[in-house]
Amino acid sequence: MTSGELFLQQLINGLNLGAMYSLLALGFTLVYGIMELINFSHFNVFMVGAFIALGVLRLMGLDGQNVILSGLPLVAVILVAFVVTMFSTGMIGVGIERLLLRPLRAVTGPAAMILTIGVSYILFNIILIGVGGDTRNFANPLPSVSWHFGEATLRLRDVLIWGITIVLMLGLTYFVQFTKLGKGMRATAQDPEAARMMGVEVDNVVGLSFFIGSALAGASGLIFGLYYNYAKVDMGFSAGLRAFTAAVLGGIGNVPGAMLGGVLIGLIEAGSSQLIGQAWADVIIFSILVIVLVFRPAGLLGRQAPNKS
Amino acid sequence: MAEPDILLDFAGVNTYYGDLHALKNVSYQIQRGEIIALLGGNACGKSTTMKTIMGVVKPTTGSVTFDGEKIDGLSPAQRVMRGIAPVLEARRLFPRMTVFENLEMGAYTRKRGPDFDEDLDRVYSLFPRVKERRNQIAGTLSGGEQQMVAIGRALMARPRLLCMDEPSMGLSPLFVETVFDIITQINKQGTTIFMVEQNASMALSIAHRGYVLQTGVVVLEGNARELEANPLIREAYLGEMKVDAE
Repeated sequence: MTSGELFLQQLINGLNLGAMYSLLALGFTLVYGIMELINFSHFNVFMVGAFIALGVLRLMGLDGQNVILSGLPLVAVILVAFVVTMFSTGMIGVGIERLLLRPLRAVTGPAAMILTIGVSYILFNIILIGVGGDTRNFANPLPSVSWHFGEATLRLRDVLIWGITIVLMLGLTYFVQFTKLGKGMRATAQDPEAARMMGVEVDNVVGLSFFIGSALAGASGLIFGLYYNYAKVDMGFSAGLRAFTAAVLGGIGNVPGAMLGGVLIGLIEAGSSQLIGQAWADVIIFSILVIVLVFRPAGLLGRQAPNKS
Repeated sequence: MAEPDILLDFAGVNTYYGDLHALKNVSYQIQRGEIIALLGGNACGKSTTMKTIMGVVKPTTGSVTFDGEKIDGLSPAQRVMRGIAPVLEARRLFPRMTVFENLEMGAYTRKRGPDFDEDLDRVYSLFPRVKERRNQIAGTLSGGEQQMVAIGRALMARPRLLCMDEPSMGLSPLFVETVFDIITQINKQGTTIFMVEQNASMALSIAHRGYVLQTGVVVLEGNARELEANPLIREAYLGEMKVDAE
């Protein structure tokens, strides 16, 4: 491969990773934006999402690499997999908020955050007990259509991942910018008490942010499966930490920031794997986390926290 | 004399924040069509009063009745729907939303329709400046412009009772007069106004009646002209005599 082809290939890989991290980062950022909570259970909602997707594909008769679909059946299978997975993880998110976090809403300090760490381990162990700790093959129903640019390869899978990610991001942006509930969400993020006094039901907004964030984590888990062709119980930690880094890099609480941060982290991971080796990718990514937290805690697109005197 | 037409009956309210007794058996009665000024210094319980009326603070004992209906169990949203809208202390606009979006938030509990456009026109005619700035991000406006948007936002709820927390705070003296003129105008158009104010002379000059709150207790109430003439008021709030340090 020439260096140009290498660059192109890593750009393609990086954008796939970026799509996955961006979707996952959005969940951190939405919840943080609304209630200033870092939701560590998000890592494993993503992981559970991958297993739900795996199960859904299996129910539709897709197991491992042996069934290849095309045309309408392919579109239908992909659509059903995304919709069912996203709805399921969305409801898991709502359940976590409703049953566990809401009773803690009035408690200040780190209690809620610590609770989310506990929930993360509960989800982990549910999957560990229910499914096991082995690597599970993820169905890949996509035909091996690809385009070659020299030795760089763009697969149908890549295009599908980008397409779905773009649709989800545009949908989210439309929802947040232009719908009434979306405006209620933004208002709540900017001034929860004032929003309440305008008549925004803050409970609904919080529940909604968990639903959307967790649904996007489900989509991200499914994308992980399509990209790496496996799901494993410990997949949530490394992907989740990178997505969290992406959210911080973009400015936690900032929706476009999470999208941008996710893509950047994906590109950095792909680029550093290529240039200095896979083992260094994490070092670089988490150094970025530290550097951002020290020198620009508001992130790339974030603002300074408003003075709440 | 006819029976007084009570719009808001704030009756015997006690509010605690933990051990802090913020409102001590406080009662206000607001008649339809009035402008009521609630005077008092810092931390006297004025903002707690506002938050209690809006439903974000629940009274420990006592009760609030709006237009004949007990509203103690109602959420802020339900109160807005019944016609109570706030102009919050320090404006509290949504800083990263546009002026127009802020106005939309005022009408959050209402269906979008001809009524919305009518109210929007009303706000724009009261505040032509707000119309000019409708696409600007609210956080970038001057303090005076933000106050216009805050009042406009509350009017978008089509309130019967407008609760204003320190409408003159942080405004230039000239602009304070404009704001009070507009409050009078809104009142003449039929909206009852309950106004918390530190600027006692301005507030009493447009109010019909007033209450004075000190450390959670109503120490004086009456007709605005009487309050203006009351020595205690003149001393403590109108700055006529030197006040001994408490």
